[in-house]
Amino acid sequence: MASYTLNINNQSLTVNAEPDTPLLWVLRDELDLTGTKFGCGMALCGACTVHLDGNSVRSCSTPVSTIGNKKVTTIEGVSVGVAEGKLHPVQQAWMDENVPQCGYCQTGQIMSAIALLDKNPNPSDSDIDSGMAGNICRCGTYERIRKAIKRAANTTAK
Amino acid sequence: MKTEIYEHKIFKVSRRDFLKTTSMSMSGLLLGMQFSCTDTSKKLTGNPSTVFSPNVYININGNGDVILFAHRSEMGTGIRTSLPLVMADELEADWSRVKVEQAVGDEKYGDQNTDGSYSLRMFFMPLRKAGATVRLMLEQAAAKEWNVDVSECKAQNHEVVHTSGKAFGFGFLAEKAVALPIPDESKIKLKDSKDFKYITKQSSIVDLKDIVTGKAKFGLDTKLPNTKIAVIKRNPEAGAGLKSFKMEAAMKVPGVIKVFSIDAPGFPTNFNKPLGGVVVVAENTWAALKGREALEVTWAKGINADYNSLEYGNDMLKRAKTKGKVRRANGNIDQALSKAKKIVEADYVVPHLVHTPMETPCAVAHFHDNTCEVWAPVQDPQGTRKSLADALKIDLKAVTVNVTLLGGGFGRKSKPDFVVEAALISKDMGTPIKILWTREDDIQHGFYHFPSAQHLKVGIDENNKVSGWLHRSVFPSIGGTANPASVEPSGDELNLGMIDLPYAIDNISCETQEAKTKIRIGWLRSVSNIQHAYAVGCTIDEVAHARGVDPVQNILDMLGEDRLIDAKVLGPEFQNYGQKSEDFPWNTARYRKVIETAKEKSGWGKSLPKGSGQGFAVHRSFLTYVACVVEVTVDANNKIKIVKVDYAVDCGIPVNPERIKSQFEGGAAFAASLALKSEITVVNSAVQQSNFHNYQVARMADAPYETAVHIIDSNEKPTGVGEPPVPPFIPALCNAIFAATGKRIRQLPISLA
Repeated sequence: MASYTLNINNQSLTVNAEPDTPLLWVLRDELDLTGTKFGCGMALCGACTVHLDGNSVRSCSTPVSTIGNKKVTTIEGVSVGVAEGKLHPVQQAWMDENVPQCGYCQTGQIMSAIALLDKNPNPSDSDIDSGMAGNICRCGTYERIRKAIKRAANTTAK
Repeated sequence: MKTEIYEHKIFKVSRRDFLKTTSMSMSGLLLGMQFSCTDTSKKLTGNPSTVFSPNVYININGNGDVILFAHRSEMGTGIRTSLPLVMADELEADWSRVKVEQAVGDEKYGDQNTDGSYSLRMFFMPLRKAGATVRLMLEQAAAKEWNVDVSECKAQNHEVVHTSGKAFGFGFLAEKAVALPIPDESKIKLKDSKDFKYITKQSSIVDLKDIVTGKAKFGLDTKLPNTKIAVIKRNPEAGAGLKSFKMEAAMKVPGVIKVFSIDAPGFPTNFNKPLGGVVVVAENTWAALKGREALEVTWAKGINADYNSLEYGNDMLKRAKTKGKVRRANGNIDQALSKAKKIVEADYVVPHLVHTPMETPCAVAHFHDNTCEVWAPVQDPQGTRKSLADALKIDLKAVTVNVTLLGGGFGRKSKPDFVVEAALISKDMGTPIKILWTREDDIQHGFYHFPSAQHLKVGIDENNKVSGWLHRSVFPSIGGTANPASVEPSGDELNLGMIDLPYAIDNISCETQEAKTKIRIGWLRSVSNIQHAYAVGCTIDEVAHARGVDPVQNILDMLGEDRLIDAKVLGPEFQNYGQKSEDFPWNTARYRKVIETAKEKSGWGKSLPKGSGQGFAVHRSFLTYVACVVEVTVDANNKIKIVKVDYAVDCGIPVNPERIKSQFEGGAAFAASLALKSEITVVNSAVQQSNFHNYQVARMADAPYETAVHIIDSNEKPTGVGEPPVPPFIPALCNAIFAATGKRIRQLPISLA
């Protein structure tokens, strides 16, 4: 067991964990940040997507010992404005397009979409295909995810 | 179709089931809870601690908060929104004042087994009546207060208004209504459909905001104090036992608490029994997984140790070409085929498939003091409760099943084996247990869609009319997962796209062969409709080409004149998804209507560049009528792109059109996975795939780019839409690929190489 002080959602949090523990299980088991989901454990499905310094990463395959002082952002960090009725434009677009079905993968999808739009504010269809290729939705909400990304791109461009 | 196997009863509409005769109730469930008081007029609200609970689905408290119980499981269809909407509409409740609570597993709610696209079909009318009854009671309470006739009082938008214009709020009236008797059913008037406020209107799901902000609670998200994490190493051969295991290395992993074995059930395993294996319990998930990795296990061989899906499939295909047991017979098939001018003949092969919901099976269980409470993503909370009581040998009443949101189900979570695992381990450990199935567990120890082989032979006579239809279908029955005597497809499995063939063909033979179940087989979204609609839909397209007729016109020719199909024509094994034909007749006019609508809306027959094509298919499943046009492009590297999908659907009254559309969009993507990507193979009883790198499913670029859903304006009884999008999509896609490339697809997943 080692002690790690992590910057998670702009908070400094200390956890005890084995060095090879994936960030996913630190978030879920130790910090009760359950918005980040387990889907495959092999960085194949994207359900566990979080941001490390703004880049989307698969927390299921990111050992806690590799994080250092990088800033971790989870869906809970994106949702800080909710209490004041403010949603992130990507979350708002997700609501406006009624994207979710079961909803399980959607936090990971939203995290990937935010990272995509941060780097590419006006993605083409093929940019969306490749930017979202790592995120599986078994309910098949892909069409609405695409629409929501385009809607969010338009909103933020205004 | 699950009734035989799973002993659940089709819910009968009865007052006893949905109207509890208690004239008043201070529901223990809700007492003491605080509700925000938004009404200020004392005419609108009553005593906040009063709870008017006239039936099991509806509570109204003195503040006027309406609590509606969602008793079916939410796995993405939107049912947790749609059924409460139905009640709220008849109740004249203001949707913004409605709070939806998930019901625990309890027979008092009627059927809760969320499968078979049943929910709206079964509960639309009972829940309308439940809402309308409460509306009448509130009107009666107001009439009594004003000392006027109830006919002068009308509930509207969360209050009851008198003809003079005065009004009482639901909160105030709830307090008065608790003293009233449940009115006689004859007095209850349902709304006219033109007065619907929510039914048939657009509405977002109740969990939308929680989902996009990460607050929604799924199966793994429940945390009780002192919860330990468990994972299980299971025998690759379903049901087979354990020879020996070494736990020393596992116990050395920091955080591992205990390693022990649980018994295997043998084969058949049944649907609700854990597979057994070696359990690792740890303080956290990572320790449990590493501990399991460190186990050394020697497995025993079971009765299916030599099961190889490829050989098994080849054998089925061979036997599909020989005369089988006749399950439907019209006319004389041998004569029709021998006299035919042209013959269309083809074989179709579909592999094992598995559900892979994004949320793997998981549960939290707490066994203590001879009671057990679980929090789990289950499709069948009552079946889960019964399975737990049986496995733990405790009274049913000592078991509480809390249903979380399901991160996808598709049939997997109708089997509660994983919940039973958690409960047995909790009993052993004396602490709450959270069980995790990894993706490898999910893919390698699932309940698989049956592999199948089909042979179709169609005769066309000298008048260019289809005169003979031979369909042989071979696959191991789901029933074989519970009953070793079940060695041939059951009637209900054949009524999913084979026996229920609607076409006006004089000579028909539907036949089956024996096929023994060797691995856990279970229901996958739309079940045997998957392979039957695929084979039938592709064969009909080949018939169109053989006849030299446009594929849509060919289907209409084969369908014949509009009629309600006489069940006698379909034979003694015909079943109508558990419904009487009088209530839900097989109506070829509705079938024709979706065909014509899809044809028109898709621009069927439009000219397309080389390498592009449209394909057509139509199918009735779960009593919903669906036609589908798929447009594809296939490039020089055989890369298939699904450009456009047009669905025409008649599901009766479209209760929640927005969710109907989402089910069809998603159903197309789900079916695209089955057609293009997914395959489970089994070698020496071990599933060869393990995660999404080798059990592939559709991703963004594979899914249809655009799906248009054309909903038929219908006043028929509503039917489900969870499964019906899947069956016609696959043949429509294959027929489109044929139009684009000239290649026929006779085996899934599609390979053009």
